Amino acid sequence: MTTINRASGIADMGGVDGWGTAPRPDPQEPPFKEDWEKRAFAMALLSMRLSGTNLDAFRHAVNRLDRAHYIDDGYYGRWLYGAENLLTDSSIIAPGTVEARAVNISGGQAEEPPAPEPHKPDYAPTAAGSIRQIDTPAKFSVGQRVRAKTLQALGHTRLQKYTQGHVGTVAIVEPAQVLPDTHAHFIAENAQWVYTVAFDSHELFGPDAETFTLNTDMYEDYLEDAS
Amino acid sequence: MSNELTVNDHIPIALRTEALEQILVERGLVDPAVMDGFIKTYEQDVGPLNGAKVVAKAWTDPDYKARLLDNGTVAVGELGFKGPQGEHIVVVENTDDVHNVVVCTLCSCYPWPLLGLPPSWYKDPAYRSRVVKEPRTVLAEMGLDVPQGTQIKVWDSSSEVRFFVLPRRPAGTEGMSEEDLVPLVTRDAMVGVAEVIAP
Repeated sequence: MTTINRASGIADMGGVDGWGTAPRPDPQEPPFKEDWEKRAFAMALLSMRLSGTNLDAFRHAVNRLDRAHYIDDGYYGRWLYGAENLLTDSSIIAPGTVEARAVNISGGQAEEPPAPEPHKPDYAPTAAGSIRQIDTPAKFSVGQRVRAKTLQALGHTRLQKYTQGHVGTVAIVEPAQVLPDTHAHFIAENAQWVYTVAFDSHELFGPDAETFTLNTDMYEDYLEDAS
Repeated sequence: MSNELTVNDHIPIALRTEALEQILVERGLVDPAVMDGFIKTYEQDVGPLNGAKVVAKAWTDPDYKARLLDNGTVAVGELGFKGPQGEHIVVVENTDDVHNVVVCTLCSCYPWPLLGLPPSWYKDPAYRSRVVKEPRTVLAEMGLDVPQGTQIKVWDSSSEVRFFVLPRRPAGTEGMSEEDLVPLVTRDAMVGVAEVIAP
């Protein structure tokens, strides 16, 4: 499986052209369309605990996939590949194990690598979930003008490219949360305030854009004052 | 067998999934019964019916609606709805003047305790990429024409906050009870790509 250490960029889809027409919703659609999707879903949930990682690491494990692995087998396909990334990162399974087993199930013959010695990250969360109580006062307040920084992330981030460099207004001060950029790499939780920031569509997409307001969440480290 | 693979072949995803499960179960790392439990939860227990109950209650109980808009997490918790992907719920209200629509451009974050797992359109690259850039056009493609005078607000979920749309109560339902309103409320309306239709 082709994986790289930094996000491939394929997941950061906001504002990107070329993906075609939005599908018509099917109100009768079941949660899972095929049986394998159910098993991939459940294993992906379990893979975080098995690998001693966290939800941000899982998201990064998905975002590291190349385009084919991200797209071709759909949502639960990328969940399965993401789970495999976490399990191989933590040496729960050796690279090549799944492929070899699949060949053997198909009736072919492949030698499976032995189970490796697990190597989980030196990491433990300070609490369940992502929300944290912090003593630091919020740096920005509702109504304040803020600019999304332009950051070329070396690893995981939740700062979308289409917002970077643009100015918006703080709409809601949300609870403090762990910072995905460092939490995904087990460096630190870096709990900090999160702001829902409202951007005018023309600020993001130019004078000919449709008129609307785009609200999105920004971790404090993503923002600078623009008042 | 004609479909024998070698390690150089592309492995079909269903086979790949089976292979990983076999390995993890064999090594005692995963209990298939635990997996079955997760699957059953999201196939049978946690789905859009939860959200519909919240909406019908908000439509018929003004005090509840006020609590819901003030603190979504606590208000949906009153009905017992909480759990993974529901750490902090923010409810946004559709009115005659404002139409809200929710997306997650970076993955497919979705308020699981209220709506279950996301439908395929929500995870589709076309929806994820375009609803933050041309929402009126995208909504029309999906079957919802938002009137020109209605302001559109798009909510792109990028932290652990989960946005939930309180749809407009349709005209002609004034006499209906909370219980009778529940089945009218659709998943798509609670994400903001459809309106609730009177029976």
